[in-house]
Amino acid sequence: MIENSNTKNQEPSDWDLVIEPKNSLFKLNLKQVWRYRDLLLLFVRRDFVSFYKQTILGPIWFLIQPLFTMGMYLFVFGELAGISTDGLPQPLFYLIGIAAWSYFSDCVTKTSTVFKENSSIFGKVYFPRLIMPLSIVVSNLVRFGIQLLLIAVAMLYFYLTGAHFNVTLYILLIPILVVLMALLGLGLGMIVSALTTKYRDLALLINFGIQLLMYGTTVIYPLSSLTGNMKTIISLNPMTTIIEGMRLGLVGKGSFQWTDLLYTLIVSVSIALVGTLIFNKVEKNFVDTI
Amino acid sequence: MSEVIKVENLSKAYQLGQFSTGTIAQDLNRWWALTRGKEDPFLMIGESNDRSIKGTSDIVWSLKDINFSINQGDTVGIIGKNGAGKSTLLKLLSQVSGPTTGSIKVKGRIASLLEVGTGFHPELTGRENIFLNGAILGMRKKEILRKFEEIVDFSGVERYIDTPVKRYSSGMYVRLAFAVAAHLESEILIVDEVLAVGDAEFQKKCLGKMNDISSSDGRTILFVSHNLAAIENLCKSSILLENGQIVKTGLTKSVIDQYLFNKKSLNAGIGLSHRTDRKGNGKVQFKKIEFTDAKGSLINQLRSGEDYNLILTLEMLENINLNDLIVAIGIDNNKATRITLLSNEITNQLAVNKIKDNLITVNISIKNLPLNSGFYQFTLFAKDSFAILDWIEDATSIMIEQGDFFKTGKLIPSEQGDILVNHSYIN
Repeated sequence: MIENSNTKNQEPSDWDLVIEPKNSLFKLNLKQVWRYRDLLLLFVRRDFVSFYKQTILGPIWFLIQPLFTMGMYLFVFGELAGISTDGLPQPLFYLIGIAAWSYFSDCVTKTSTVFKENSSIFGKVYFPRLIMPLSIVVSNLVRFGIQLLLIAVAMLYFYLTGAHFNVTLYILLIPILVVLMALLGLGLGMIVSALTTKYRDLALLINFGIQLLMYGTTVIYPLSSLTGNMKTIISLNPMTTIIEGMRLGLVGKGSFQWTDLLYTLIVSVSIALVGTLIFNKVEKNFVDTI
Repeated sequence: MSEVIKVENLSKAYQLGQFSTGTIAQDLNRWWALTRGKEDPFLMIGESNDRSIKGTSDIVWSLKDINFSINQGDTVGIIGKNGAGKSTLLKLLSQVSGPTTGSIKVKGRIASLLEVGTGFHPELTGRENIFLNGAILGMRKKEILRKFEEIVDFSGVERYIDTPVKRYSSGMYVRLAFAVAAHLESEILIVDEVLAVGDAEFQKKCLGKMNDISSSDGRTILFVSHNLAAIENLCKSSILLENGQIVKTGLTKSVIDQYLFNKKSLNAGIGLSHRTDRKGNGKVQFKKIEFTDAKGSLINQLRSGEDYNLILTLEMLENINLNDLIVAIGIDNNKATRITLLSNEITNQLAVNKIKDNLITVNISIKNLPLNSGFYQFTLFAKDSFAILDWIEDATSIMIEQGDFFKTGKLIPSEQGDILVNHSYIN
C-alpha cells in the first residue's frame, strides 16, 4: 500500500540510493562506474563492429586512414615544403605523429559531442554517464593499437632496407604516454561536452580548433627544428612532449626531458580532473537543457 | 512489509522560455536587452505553453511537494491527464533528470523502462543487441548470459538472432526489446507507456509477464499508462496526479473513480473553446459538447443501452451554406482504434437544427447506446462542400458506465469488445 510518508519518521535505514537535488561536486560515484564495466566493453565492441559492418575492406579501414594521411604529408610537407624530419625516414616520422595526434583529436571531438549524440539514450535510461566518454577513449585505444602495429611493420621495413634509427629504452614510457594522452583527450572533451549542452557554438569551435592545434604540435616537424620563444611555446603544449617521447622511444630521435614529462603529467591529470568534475555536475540535469 | 521507495517533498521546476536557447550570442543578446530594460527577445516561444491557462510566472512546477512511499512487492499505477507530471515523476525516479527539491530514497536495484529498445544499434545482430541493451538497463554480462535462452524464447525471434536488427520487422524489434527488459533482475521496475506498442497478442503477453514479475517474484512495479483497464488489471494501488500534485492515493478502483469523476462533469457540457489543435479553415468552430437524456435534461454520465441526445454547439465565424454542412463524430476505443462514425452525410439529413447569434446547434439522437462500458475518445469533424471547416481529434474522452443494454441485468465483459449487438436466440 501507498502511504503518505509525510509525517512518519522512520529509523535511519540502509537506503541503497538517495536521489537529491545537489550532489556534492566531488561525489563521483566511481564505484558505480566500475559496476557498469561490462557496458563499457559492450560500447567499445559496438563502436568497433558497427564501424566496418557492410564494408568490403572491414577493419583494414583503420589502416587506410593513417596511410593516406601519411602519403599526403609526404607530398606536401616532405616534398614541397621540405620540412626536416630529424634525419628519420619521413614515413616513419609522420606515422608516429599521425597515430598519436589522431588518437588525441578523436578523443576530444567525439567526447565533446557525447551529450548531443546520446541525448536519446540519456533521456530514457540511467547509467553512469561517465561510461560514455570512457568507452570513446577505450575504443580509440583499439584503433591506436592497430596503428602501432602499422608503425612496427614500417619500422621493420626500414630496418631491413638499412635506414638509420634505433629503438631506445624510452620505449618503456609509451604506456604512460598513452595514458596521459587519454587523460588529456578525455578531460578536454568532457569540459567541452559539458559546455556544449548550453552553448552549441563550442562544438563548432572545437572541430577546427583541434585541426589548427595540430600545427602547434610536433606532428609534421620535430621540436629540435625550433629555437627560442617558438620552442618554448610549442613545448607548453602537452601533446608535444607525448609525441616527442614516443619518437624517442620508437626511433631514437626526439627532444624529451623528464621535467617536460612531469609538466605534462600535471597538466593532463588536472585537465582530466576538472573535466570529470564539470561533466559530473552537468550530467544530472542536462536532459532538461539540451 | 518494508518500504522500498520513499519520496519526500519532491518537486521539479522547469523554466519556460528563457532557458537554454542555444548559443552564447543569444545569451549576450538577452543580457543586453534586459540591461536596457527591454523585453527578453527570446521569451516569446513557449511562454503560453501551459495547456489551458496562461501562467504569469515563467517557472512551471511540473511536480510539487510529492510525498509517498511504496512497499516491497506492490504494483502501483500512476494515473493522470497529459501534463499532470507522470512522466516527470518517472524521469526523477529513474534518475534521468534530477529533482529541484526533495529526495527519493530507494532500496534495491531500480530499473526503468521508459522506452523499449533504448540503445539498440541497427547494424548489430539481435544477439549483440540483447547484450548491449541488457547492459544499458543495468544487467551484468553473466546475468544476461544466464537469461539469454529465456530472452530469445520470450521474444520469439530465434531464427533471426544473428541477423542485424535493421532487417527486423518493427514487431520483431519491439518483441526482442521488451524481452530483454522483461528479464531484468532488478527489485524495482518502472514502466512507462511502453505497452502501447506491438499487437494485441503481444500486449497481452507483456501484461502477463508483468503480472508474473510482481506476483511470483515479489518485485515492486511502478506502472504508468493511459490504458486504465491495464492499470486496473495490474495494480493493486494507484496514485492520481493532477497539475503536479498528488490528488489521491489508495486502491486502484477508487483512484480511477476519482480520476474519471474529476475528468468529466458532463453536467455543464464539455467546452472546446480553448482547443488550439484544430485543423480546417476555421469558418465554423466547435464550442461545446453536451449530452441530454431522452427528455432533454442534462446528464452527468452515460450508460450502455440508454437513449441520449448528443448536442454540439458550433460558432459560425464566416458565412457558409448551412445546407451543405456535414458534421461527423468519430468514436475511438481506449486503444485508439476507430470503432464507428456518426455523420449526417450517411443519414442524408441536414445537420443544423437551429441557429441563433451565429451559434449553430447540432442535435444527434442516439437510441439504445450500443457501446460497452469503458473509455471512448470523440473526434469532431465539420465540412461544407468546399473544404474542411473544423476538425478536432480526440476532442474529449468520455466514460461509458455499465448499463442494462440487454435488459437482462448482464453486460458482456469489457475485454470481449466495445460494441454491443442487440441479438436474441430463436427457439
